[in-house]
Amino acid sequence: MDAFSTLNGLVAPLDRSNVDTDAIIPKQFLKSIKRTGFGPNLFDEWRYLDYGEIGTDCSKRPLNPDFVLNQKRYQGAQILLARENFGCGSSREHAPWALLDYGFRAVIAPSYADIFANNCFKNGILPIVLSAEAVVTLFAEVATAPGYQLNIDLEKQQVTTPAGVVFDFAVDAFRKKCLLQGLDDISLTLAHVEEIKAFEVRRKIDEPWLFGP
Amino acid sequence: MSAQTLYDKLWDRHLVRCDDDGTCLLYIDRHLVHEVTSPQAFEGLRLAGRLPWRSGANIAVPDHNVPTTDRTIGISDPLSRIQVETLDANCEEYGITEFAMNDIRQGIVHIIGPEQGVTLPGMTIVCGDSHTSTHGALGTLAFGIGTSEVEHALATQCIIQKKARNMLVSVDGQVGPGITAKDITLAIIGKIGTAGGTGYVIEYGGDAIQALSMEGRMTVCNMSIEAGARAGMIAVDDKTIDYVEGRPYAPGGALWGQAKADWQSLHSDPDAYYDRVVHLDAATIQPQVTWGTSPEMVVAVDGSVPDPEEESDPVKREGMQAALAYMGLAAKTPITEIYPDTIFIGSCTNARIEDLRAAAVVVKGHKLAANIKRAMVVPGSGLVKKQAEAEGLDTIFKAAGFEWREPGCSMCLGMNDDRLSPKERCASTSNRNFEGRQGPGGRTHLVSPAMAAAAAITGHFVDVRTLEV
Ligand code: SF4
Repeated sequence: MDAFSTLNGLVAPLDRSNVDTDAIIPKQFLKSIKRTGFGPNLFDEWRYLDYGEIGTDCSKRPLNPDFVLNQKRYQGAQILLARENFGCGSSREHAPWALLDYGFRAVIAPSYADIFANNCFKNGILPIVLSAEAVVTLFAEVATAPGYQLNIDLEKQQVTTPAGVVFDFAVDAFRKKCLLQGLDDISLTLAHVEEIKAFEVRRKIDEPWLFGP
Repeated sequence: MSAQTLYDKLWDRHLVRCDDDGTCLLYIDRHLVHEVTSPQAFEGLRLAGRLPWRSGANIAVPDHNVPTTDRTIGISDPLSRIQVETLDANCEEYGITEFAMNDIRQGIVHIIGPEQGVTLPGMTIVCGDSHTSTHGALGTLAFGIGTSEVEHALATQCIIQKKARNMLVSVDGQVGPGITAKDITLAIIGKIGTAGGTGYVIEYGGDAIQALSMEGRMTVCNMSIEAGARAGMIAVDDKTIDYVEGRPYAPGGALWGQAKADWQSLHSDPDAYYDRVVHLDAATIQPQVTWGTSPEMVVAVDGSVPDPEEESDPVKREGMQAALAYMGLAAKTPITEIYPDTIFIGSCTNARIEDLRAAAVVVKGHKLAANIKRAMVVPGSGLVKKQAEAEGLDTIFKAAGFEWREPGCSMCLGMNDDRLSPKERCASTSNRNFEGRQGPGGRTHLVSPAMAAAAAITGHFVDVRTLEV
């Protein structure tokens, strides 16, 4: 996983609440057995006018001119501004894989679905929670200022607007550490191998039926 | 020790270690694996040169991507085939038990777990699928995980988690005749919203929940994720223990007695503390039908599609307008004047034997209404299918004009060939009515099996209780 410390990036606004994982990456793309290559199919049903399948060359497909990510001013965006309950629905990690592959490194929203937020952290994407009012302010500013960028500082837990207004955000200390250092969860857990083994021994005594005949 | 909720008890039993900031390692008793969210996890394991911690804790089944038509010819879609073959190969390589596609025990992962006794009370269960919450009906702590966590669970038999908050949803009193578990769960979501349970583990309680069969309880726990909660659970009682007894993977002999005694304690203490408590009056619950593109967009069958103009919150209003446009519905349309094209009876929410029986009772002796273009029954597992056939349910459905399929996720998410066409309207017993969920442009109305059956024979949504069956 790539580490995340600071980001100065272009912001793209997605003005809908309850954006679900089926919208982020439709199920036909879940047939892939790889982790990469989902970027061109991010928001596929909103982004293109035709129906996309795995392996179709997306550069030849008709774009939906009304979809926000297709607007010229948002090309190259690295920060997605979203509404409440972003990422609800399934546990598919293909959703953060698609966001990452497209180029997003951070999402800002008033709230997320639990599993989605968790999956983001595990893939080097920072899901920032700001208050509903702050998000409303940011949507208004993005709309009026082409080229609108935000500065995100994970160490300080701050989002700074071009005018210098600072929004603090909370982030789980463990997740923060992992993101800052690009740490792999499995290696961290395997540092506790002896504890897991000892626990398992106790468990076999307490609930032996869980360990087969 | 102070009073504990069921969640507190399950959490404590599985805690390997905890850091000061509350980041904990939770031991996982059972890991369920399917073909869609696991290939990248096995690949990661292989690349890191790791092995599964305990192969015997894993059980795999292909379900999302399998065809529901004749399988003796294999899978024709090459991508689906690769995914299923990848699962077969990974299970073979790592010594993981798999109910392969043509095994009679194959079925939707959340249906076969309880059916096989692979799901046991008191367990922690994870699966790379959000509807893992289903297993909470047996007094387990069960939740969906992403693919990185699938790899983590395989490699370490643990999951990194912080404890969620406790929420009690109490459905008080008894539901009226003809009201099903699906109506209860949709009514709960209608009340608390799709983010209502975010950050919580929900325990369902109250007389109406206790009165449900085990299968009904699974339907309720299944949709916890649609209420925003990562897990839902119900206390163990005699019904739970009777359900588990004698199942292939359930303990037998002396261990059975020991297990049973242990499981009796799997309920919340009388004065346990919940961070949030929600009460529903069971008697007021009517048959439910969703009208929009989120499960919280739900009303009783005698109601109408709401009018966005009457919504004061602008974000919500826009959401409603977008949903109505997508669904091709006008505000204030009575629910009984909505005409589906397609009927889908299936999914991990409602494809167990009781669901099929409930639908068959309504369908028996009738034909599909003239406007219904297609109707499918997709049993939740090979064993559910076999049981239904033994009871003659397949004959009832086929006589009415339904297709009788092989088990799998099917049109619940349309990863195989079973999908809606743009604008096709479906009465579905599944759990998600998101845009494009059942096929691009498809329009989904979530209902109970009995309500889907009623719509099939009348051609529109109708209160199943008013039909003469
Ligand atoms: S039936 Fe539907 S909700 Fe259930 S596991 Fe399959 S795809 Fe997911």
